[in-house]
Amino acid sequence: MARYLLTRAWQSALTLLLSTIVVFVGVRALPGDPALALAGEDRSPEALEAIRRHYGLDQPLPVQFAQYVERMAQGDFGVSIRTGTPVSSMLTTALPVTVELSVLAILIASALGVGAGVLAAVRRGRPAEWLANGLALVGLSVPHFWLGLLAILYLSVATGLFPASGFVPILEDPVDNLHHIILPAVILGTGLAAIIMRQTRSAMLDSLSSDYVRTAKAKGLRPRAVITRHALRNSLIVVVTVVGLQLGGLISGAVVTEQIFGLPGFGKMTIDAVFQRDYPVIQAVVLLTATAYIVINFFVDLLYSVIDPRIRVTGDPA
Amino acid sequence: MTVLTVPMAETTVSVTRRARVLRRLRRNPLAVVSFVVLALAAATALLSPWIAPYSVDQTDFARTFAPPGTPGHVLGTDDLGRDVLSRIMLGARASLQVGLLAVATSLVIGVPLGLAAGYFRAWDAVISRFTDLLLAFPFLIMAVGLAAIRGASLGNAAVAIGIAQIPGVIRVVRSDTLRLKSLDFVAAAVVDGASDLWVLARHILPNATSVILVQATVAIPAAILGEAVLSFLGLGIQPPAPSLGTMLATAQQFAARAPWAAVLPGVVIMGLALAFNVFGDALRDALDPKEDRR
Repeated sequence: MARYLLTRAWQSALTLLLSTIVVFVGVRALPGDPALALAGEDRSPEALEAIRRHYGLDQPLPVQFAQYVERMAQGDFGVSIRTGTPVSSMLTTALPVTVELSVLAILIASALGVGAGVLAAVRRGRPAEWLANGLALVGLSVPHFWLGLLAILYLSVATGLFPASGFVPILEDPVDNLHHIILPAVILGTGLAAIIMRQTRSAMLDSLSSDYVRTAKAKGLRPRAVITRHALRNSLIVVVTVVGLQLGGLISGAVVTEQIFGLPGFGKMTIDAVFQRDYPVIQAVVLLTATAYIVINFFVDLLYSVIDPRIRVTGDPA
Repeated sequence: MTVLTVPMAETTVSVTRRARVLRRLRRNPLAVVSFVVLALAAATALLSPWIAPYSVDQTDFARTFAPPGTPGHVLGTDDLGRDVLSRIMLGARASLQVGLLAVATSLVIGVPLGLAAGYFRAWDAVISRFTDLLLAFPFLIMAVGLAAIRGASLGNAAVAIGIAQIPGVIRVVRSDTLRLKSLDFVAAAVVDGASDLWVLARHILPNATSVILVQATVAIPAAILGEAVLSFLGLGIQPPAPSLGTMLATAQQFAARAPWAAVLPGVVIMGLALAFNVFGDALRDALDPKEDRR
């Protein structure tokens, strides 16, 4: 276990270093003088010179990289070109929205996906399976942003059941917060639900035809107990695996969903930054996404090895 | 001598297997329907510049927001009086273009890396780190970065989606290479003195085609959805070039007046992706060796 943990930690650290290099090189590939990009409104030669000195742009590249890593580690992502506010404080207000949206979406997707997947496996060859399979295929094929647009059009604007846009922080008013975020979370969760459903279904089919389930049936356990106690236990692994694998898709999805529903999160901040050519913000967003991805996947792997002891032995989650 | 006959035996098996796979596909109504839909979509996309009833930029300010069924405009017109049917046809063409371009990008880079990772033990660790690195940049974030550096365009959207799909290709090709490497006919070729490159190109790659094919059929709909998302956000195809994603973005502003413009392009995207996914499922079932025993 300790060895597996160490290997994964070392691999994650290496990936983190590589992705930081990619972002660092990417920033240098931006059109124009980086000092000019960082300067914002004040573009006098003195100001530019001060920025070059502050960010070490007059130093050799390896030194620049070391300084870059140091700044990023301290959370100094620079200042937004458009608003003049530090990028780090923009992130502190935006991130909780995105985290809440994503966590809620994962919960909804797990409930829907595991439920439909178990149903499809247990009712093999019956209408319930066809319906679940069909819905999963549609869930995989539907553009979610379009689903979001339709939801706004028919559930918010037409009936007023849900607010069409906007956000209330959870600490201010939890009920109103949920009212604003539930529809976006459902929309974001549908695609994930489809993937979880398909994986759960095939994992269930595998375990239902396995020897241990046959043994459980043979010793006279009721079907319900066989399903919940033996077969369903595996679905936890499925959910963890899918969430780990689909994290990138989930982050992309959250960006789009926030944009459609006007949620003031990480995604909306990203898209606004692209169109305002707010390079410090873009850079922070890209670096932070990569870091979050790597760190979360590290923990997913740890969780995985806790749930499934085989991985601790072979060290290969496959 | 035996060495020569072993690979040949594998070839004859694969010919009859191909016939079996095709027969299974023909007998699956969902496979047939989805294939016909895809063939029609591909033909429409290829011919759309000639068969679209109007030019995509042709505005008609006297007839904006015409509802579907209006004489001359079967699917109605948009905010500038442009024919929705014509724009959907050319938008679908762009979707398929990006889908194919992205998947081609991911295959060109992913297949050799997957083969190398599965075949050479020393390369496996290096390629795994490369895969991890790619995974750390979700396609939308990659597209954001590319758009910041090079500006938004159809090509950049396809590259961002294609790069994001490389890890998936590497994964399936690697695991199939590992499986094939342990089979007798590969060992026989190695004993016969075949070089690594020869074994990979002549014995492993041809036998890995089925998993690559299945991977491509599920990657294309994902790329089509990705293009729609990027264009919707303004990071993909740039107006006035028609794209189903940008059509939805524009329609959003007029959704109350012209709901059909906000519905139809989405239906087309979903139809395309659904046809690919259904066909991909059918293809995977048909290629599944477990089915051979039936």
